[in-house]
Amino acid sequence: MTDIILLGHGSGGKLSHQLLDELIIPTLSGVAQRDQNDAAVLNHGGQRLAFTTDSYVVDPIFFPGGNIGDLAINGTVNDLAMAGARPVAVSVGLILEEGLPLEDLRRILASMKQAAQSAGVAIVTGDTKVVPRGKADKIFINTSGIGVFDHDYEVRGSGARVGDKILINGSIGDHGMAILASREGLDLEADIRTDSAALHELVAEIIAAGGEAVHALRDPTRGGVATTLKEIALQSQVDITLEEAAQPVRQEVAGACAILGLDPLFVANEGKLLAVVAPEAAESVLAVMRRHPHGAEATIIGEVTGASDGKVFMRTAIGGLRAIEMLAGEQLPRIC
Amino acid sequence: MCLGVPMQVKSIANGIAVCEIDGVRREASLMMVEGVEVGDFVLIHAGFAIEKLDEADAEQTLQLFREVLASGGGPA
Amino acid sequence: MKYSSEFRDPAVAKKLIEQIGEAVAGFDGQMTLMEVCGTHTMAIYQHGIRALLPKSIRLISGPGCPVCVTPVSYVDHAVALARRPGTLITTFGDMVRVPGSSSSLQREKARGADVRIVYSPLDAVALAEKTPEKQIVFLGVGFETTTPTVAGAILEARRRGLSNFFALCANKTIPGPMAALAGDPELKVDGYICPAHVSAIIGAEAYRPLAEQLKVPCVVTGFEPLDMLQGVLMLARQIVAGEARVETQYSRIVKPGGNPKARAILEEVFEPCDTAWRGIGVIPQSGLKIRESYAAFDAERQLPVAVEEPREAKGCMCGEILKGKVTPTECPLFRQACTPENPIGACMVSSEGTCAAEYKYGT
Repeated sequence: MTDIILLGHGSGGKLSHQLLDELIIPTLSGVAQRDQNDAAVLNHGGQRLAFTTDSYVVDPIFFPGGNIGDLAINGTVNDLAMAGARPVAVSVGLILEEGLPLEDLRRILASMKQAAQSAGVAIVTGDTKVVPRGKADKIFINTSGIGVFDHDYEVRGSGARVGDKILINGSIGDHGMAILASREGLDLEADIRTDSAALHELVAEIIAAGGEAVHALRDPTRGGVATTLKEIALQSQVDITLEEAAQPVRQEVAGACAILGLDPLFVANEGKLLAVVAPEAAESVLAVMRRHPHGAEATIIGEVTGASDGKVFMRTAIGGLRAIEMLAGEQLPRIC
Repeated sequence: MCLGVPMQVKSIANGIAVCEIDGVRREASLMMVEGVEVGDFVLIHAGFAIEKLDEADAEQTLQLFREVLASGGGPA
Repeated sequence: MKYSSEFRDPAVAKKLIEQIGEAVAGFDGQMTLMEVCGTHTMAIYQHGIRALLPKSIRLISGPGCPVCVTPVSYVDHAVALARRPGTLITTFGDMVRVPGSSSSLQREKARGADVRIVYSPLDAVALAEKTPEKQIVFLGVGFETTTPTVAGAILEARRRGLSNFFALCANKTIPGPMAALAGDPELKVDGYICPAHVSAIIGAEAYRPLAEQLKVPCVVTGFEPLDMLQGVLMLARQIVAGEARVETQYSRIVKPGGNPKARAILEEVFEPCDTAWRGIGVIPQSGLKIRESYAAFDAERQLPVAVEEPREAKGCMCGEILKGKVTPTECPLFRQACTPENPIGACMVSSEGTCAAEYKYGT
């Protein structure tokens, strides 16, 4: 590991994992890599509770289809949902930079309220700090959330088994490319909107339909589908093979990726989930997903092909095979 | 370092073209190419059109592929 | 997608692979095909092409990644400029992670240097106009595809009357090392998969001496999967027939004489010079430097800085890998000390480097 923090440590990819596994987790707790999930599951007086926290530092703070506010609510709702929980309450911590226009804050708060209402969660506590100009970038938001369980199933990243199908609820890479395209300097003009959405209702229906056949759930945020599947493969000690031809990518996202030399598989999503489902239940779960507004384009993108130390492969459209690793460093536009 | 993308020219003003691929648009300099018109396909590299795509030639290559496909040559 | 997805048809790919098999069916021994473009390196891994070819065809990667062949002293120079007060470094994405002797641009950025990633050298010119109080340095790295864009940016900076735009150039030309490697008996290159977009500028004719004098078949090949399979097929047929010609598979873009206007722009601003290639050494007249008449835009001349004594990482086999003599997995550092997030050699840091491609996509 390096002696200073690099931007890549926040990319959600391999550097982030190193920082977590080698410094943060050993210092603060003792959770093994296999047990790292989007939310902690606590046993309190015989009742299971899910607990999670997440911070939002996105630039720009307004982007097509959303802003940092609804992102902060949906992201934490989704982290609870991926543990199989029903989100109940969230906290909101605001770090504001001196000089932030009040109108911007007003817009962000309004969309947070709306996102919380439509997700059915209450914003129950919060905190506000202001830092001198230049000590933060306009606004940072931290949200924590608590969820409860309406079922007895355990959903985690380590449950994938040989033969399982990999399902996704729609197109890949929309959020990351919406952010990149609207960022100053790249000057791309494209109708790409974030996919930011609260997924807990979809998760509830997946669990209701699939029950214990749902072996793992995770939202492929930073680092994209590639990094998330690699995490699941490592946690579950299995091989996963994806079909290149089956990857759902919107035309505009593909075009923007082509220009910038990026691979959509490594681009962030904020309204997508990957479900690892036993083969006999895959079709029925898929049907349920497709009936939900956030899963209309749900599809099977691959399967668990063997027991191993956690490899992910892509069967390419022309029949070749390539390995998929976690995102290394930052996802940088390249011309090479 | 030679990533290049074929994009279609949508408009031209002052030697700068707005080019499009899959609904994504970006400006590119036409400094290095001659006689490019709206509707042409150009190869974009690092913000410059570096060559005009020869559509008739591309069609020939694709025709050759269609013939390859139609030919026997091993099990289908 | 127009003129991209049509060149990815799996059914055609299957037929082309069959035809390649037929072409080499009676061929005794092994043929070594070298590509000298990082984008080819990436594409071969990305589409999983190696495993689809007959065992008798071996694909190796040459010195085609501009970041990888750039000597460590260049990175040190860029790091020194990044530390210079009032200096803003602009660069293509891949350069920021390249390790120099004691630092990298990514580290300097973390320590407070102003390092920005741009998509086009023209974006750096626009930044110079918007930021007159700073010296804007663009890192000019690349082959014939990219060098005209650096030249174009310098011409644009002159047109706008900017005195705060500079380029630090380590631009290179590819036919020189191709000839050097073709003559290397240890390597035995049987055919060249010639670069797609470099050739758009220099033209297919540039490879004629390789084919005629050194008797190495050359096929200018595009980057889409069908392009590459067809390019391999054309090379295999030449090799089996004992021929050595220049052919162009990628004729929708590449003309025999290349792009004269782009070359004129390049030659207006740049002139040939001797230059060092990582792993290969100095190749006469294979580099490009800014002409005296454009010295006002040359960071090396205008912004003098003290550059540390270059130190190469110990045990790194990038040099041998760049020559195609060693594959990444044969390097003792590969996947151990040297990984994409902690690269030791340049072949690992650039996403189109042979080691990074093997790490990321190799099976």
